[in-house]
Amino acid sequence: MAILTKDEAQALLKKVLSYSKADECEVNISGNDSGNIRYARNAVSTSGNVSQTTLVVSSAYGKKLGTATINEFDDASLEKVVRRAEELAQLAPENPEFVSFLGPQKYAEAITYIPATAAITPKQRTDAVAQSLQVSKDNKQVAAGFLEDNRGFSAMMNSKGLFAYNTSTNVNFSVTVRSADGTGSGYATRGYNDITKLDTKAATEIATQKSMKSVAAKAIEPGKYTVILEPAAAAVLLERILFDLDARQADEGRSSFSKAGGQTRLGEKLMDERVTIYSDPLNPELPSSTWTGDGRPQEKTIWIEKGVVKNFTYSRYWAEKKKVKAIPGPDSFIMEGGTKSLQDLIAGTKKGILVTRLWYIRDVDPQTLLLTGLTRDGTFYIENGKIQYPIKNFRFNESPIIMLNNLEELGKVERTVSVESNNNYLIPPLKIRDFTFTSLSDAI
Amino acid sequence: MKRRDFIQLAGMGASAAVLAGIPSFGKAIPPERALETIDVAQKKQMADVVLNAARSKGATYTDVRIGRYLNQFIITREDKVENIVNTESYGMGIRVIANGSWGFAATDKLDKDSIAKAAELAVAIAKENSRLLTEPVQLIQQKGYGEVSWKAPIEKNSFEVPIKEKVDLLLGVNDAAIKGGANYINSFLFMVNEQKYFASTDGSYIDQDIHRIWPTFFITKIDATTGKFETRNALSAPMGMGYEYLSARPQDKIKGPTTLYKGRYDMIEDARLGAAQAGEKLKAKSVEAGKYDLILDPSHLWLTIHESVGHPTELDRVLGYEANFAGTSFLTLDKWQSKNFNFGSKMVNLFADKQQVGSLGAVGYDDEGVQCGRWDLVKDGILVNYQAIRDQAHIIGLNASQGCCYADSWSSVQFQRMPNVSLQAGKEKKSIDDLIKNVEKGIYIIGDGSFSIDQQRYNFQFGGQLYYEIKDGKIAGMLKDVAYQANTKEFWNSCVGIADESDFRLGGSFFDGKGQPMQSSAVSHGSSTAHFKGVNVINTSRNIG
Repeated sequence: MAILTKDEAQALLKKVLSYSKADECEVNISGNDSGNIRYARNAVSTSGNVSQTTLVVSSAYGKKLGTATINEFDDASLEKVVRRAEELAQLAPENPEFVSFLGPQKYAEAITYIPATAAITPKQRTDAVAQSLQVSKDNKQVAAGFLEDNRGFSAMMNSKGLFAYNTSTNVNFSVTVRSADGTGSGYATRGYNDITKLDTKAATEIATQKSMKSVAAKAIEPGKYTVILEPAAAAVLLERILFDLDARQADEGRSSFSKAGGQTRLGEKLMDERVTIYSDPLNPELPSSTWTGDGRPQEKTIWIEKGVVKNFTYSRYWAEKKKVKAIPGPDSFIMEGGTKSLQDLIAGTKKGILVTRLWYIRDVDPQTLLLTGLTRDGTFYIENGKIQYPIKNFRFNESPIIMLNNLEELGKVERTVSVESNNNYLIPPLKIRDFTFTSLSDAI
Repeated sequence: MKRRDFIQLAGMGASAAVLAGIPSFGKAIPPERALETIDVAQKKQMADVVLNAARSKGATYTDVRIGRYLNQFIITREDKVENIVNTESYGMGIRVIANGSWGFAATDKLDKDSIAKAAELAVAIAKENSRLLTEPVQLIQQKGYGEVSWKAPIEKNSFEVPIKEKVDLLLGVNDAAIKGGANYINSFLFMVNEQKYFASTDGSYIDQDIHRIWPTFFITKIDATTGKFETRNALSAPMGMGYEYLSARPQDKIKGPTTLYKGRYDMIEDARLGAAQAGEKLKAKSVEAGKYDLILDPSHLWLTIHESVGHPTELDRVLGYEANFAGTSFLTLDKWQSKNFNFGSKMVNLFADKQQVGSLGAVGYDDEGVQCGRWDLVKDGILVNYQAIRDQAHIIGLNASQGCCYADSWSSVQFQRMPNVSLQAGKEKKSIDDLIKNVEKGIYIIGDGSFSIDQQRYNFQFGGQLYYEIKDGKIAGMLKDVAYQANTKEFWNSCVGIADESDFRLGGSFFDGKGQPMQSSAVSHGSSTAHFKGVNVINTSRNIG
């Protein structure tokens, strides 16, 4: 099914609701065309296209909820899916946490759809990969990478008069360049809504430089070091703070934002005062949807302001119970930065380590948000303001909350992609003191 | 389904809209629909349409997978049922070779015209990909099996068990935990049925029926005065079994500091013990960092085997196909060719087995029509083999594939995935107590916890669920804040004792992630309890604010 216009989506959802006999009914529809191309050993390995459209009907009788899904859109199928949701609702046990659907809301117009990205062809994807491969081949290196683009729409309507609609596009690209003998490795990643901003050649040049400069890495002792985390490395740590902001977990006493006596750390200064993290669906560099799947508006929200925890995320049930505004979790976030480039941060560092990428991040202790993982694809020793030599990779054990108390400097914000969640963020490179490396790794 | 999707599902009480946003779940269906099957003759007819269409467009090889993937999740917390979800995903994936390149297309529209068009698209994509070809695909020969079938040897189909019975079980589990002192418990039953049909131009038409089940829970115990909390997760294993996994008999239980389960699981007992142990953890001694001997239970060791043995012996990683995401491998071809690379101590024998009864990875045939079997990866401590599929077999001099090809959905392209990889039991008669008796200063670790390993699989760090200090051959009490770090080769060379076959048990994962776009596969790892000497243990305790 093609991407529906706002009018087409509205007409279709109205028709679905007209079949409803339940106390309440809500309908979500989303459609996505996704294309990808993957390469390794300097050649394309796989590529494919997936196209899917799904309509979800939720019907409620009192606090009993039933849900049914369909991917056929003729009148008979639409009526059938509504009946099925109603049957399931009548069979379901009562859910004491069910909250009645939302009434009409006001949403800002999203800026997430770029026609050039939506119009991408298989040939464009292959050409983008060919440009990347040219760089690796010219430098006698071996590249492996992945390019994935999406165009899609989503809409919802319910029996209380709510209607929401959005379209979006995005493209994510990543490349790992290695020396032919496996002694060097470099990485770069890019994410955009607008494919015309994607330069696979330039990104591959950075990865290639890192690969060539990372050969013959020296081992240095694990311990506490000043580090400069490039945005792709910082992303995988910072996002864990945002994932942990759920109010219910904190109120129940089982998150890093809980504290003694059933209290939470909301309103407390937990990090350096230069730390401000917020989300803004209308940021032109990082636009995201202006509403959530349950119909709540996504608005600009400050999460951490000058080191103080300002807001938690809420389910509608928990917000109602706590009598507060039901602020949804954000789709992406922005961390305020400074004016210095990565080079400036390196130039101002007496002794330290430059980290390109962090990998295999896992929770060690939820109480302190202690995480472990490793450096990867380009780790370098800095002395007297210059990169001196490549170093062997380290395992770290560090909490991003503790880390943001040890902030030395923030660089200029740029858009990056988390290798763990695939989410896009606007993040500065971070200079952190006393970052804890606990062992060496022989991995290249 | 990806691991992150599951965490999202588990953590959010999963509203309909959330589920709709997770494509790998497929469509929501009424539970009884899961008991319907699709006629084999109809599937063969569809497959023949595709094989002919692809051939007429210039494909030199074609395979078709018609997949119906059924899931049922039951999600509860304390005294509430949070969600009951039944999903179905049904469609067809077509893989071809044209101009020496692979091409793939998938569709959920299964009328004759749509599947023929998808076949044409797969051929067109292969031809487009061949523009950047460096090495044409070399597919090792595979005989056609004709029309054959395979069914997982289950005793009780989980989808036939009434939902009420399953809900009552979970609410009973939660009740046992709360009565045992837990503040919170989230419990889950997760059931999977893969109905897969494979056909290829080699002349195979293979129909398979695969079942998996995973009961699990997470208990939290809070000390309100200090604000500290501890968790204890279930010691169950996800299994390639039916509902019979949940009826443990006395002979399925191993008694010790906690009850361990062999082949069958008593979820209520484990929740009761888990609640008490979560409370005990709050008061346990924080470990002093240093070198310890480790006695690792199979409910823990499976994950160390998975990460440090399963992944580095994947041939696609060795060759560089996963360099951009999952990574490469330290087990380079020269180490295998040398025939003397000491992966582990002499007593370490690690084998791949796609037929292991009750395992997650057990199938009759893989997703490119190869009959599955068993082979050695590490023999008497020496690296002897890898895990390969048809287009890689020639690289390591094999004349047949090892049957390691898998796709997590009809809409995903199949590629090399890990078979069940296990540590062979010790040859001498030896119990868990015999192992503990030989330890002067050590830690006995039960259950899997935090895990992380580098992209070439050298350096790893693991935590667990329960840690018991061993002093002079005896268990001396509970520890907390434990994680161990090691290098794969040093770790496996430090293996000095393995309990015998009577202790052999399976652990496993529903969510082994690999590839871009990421695909999940389910895989088991068996072992008996094992003893590792002098491993580096760190203390993971920190303070914030």
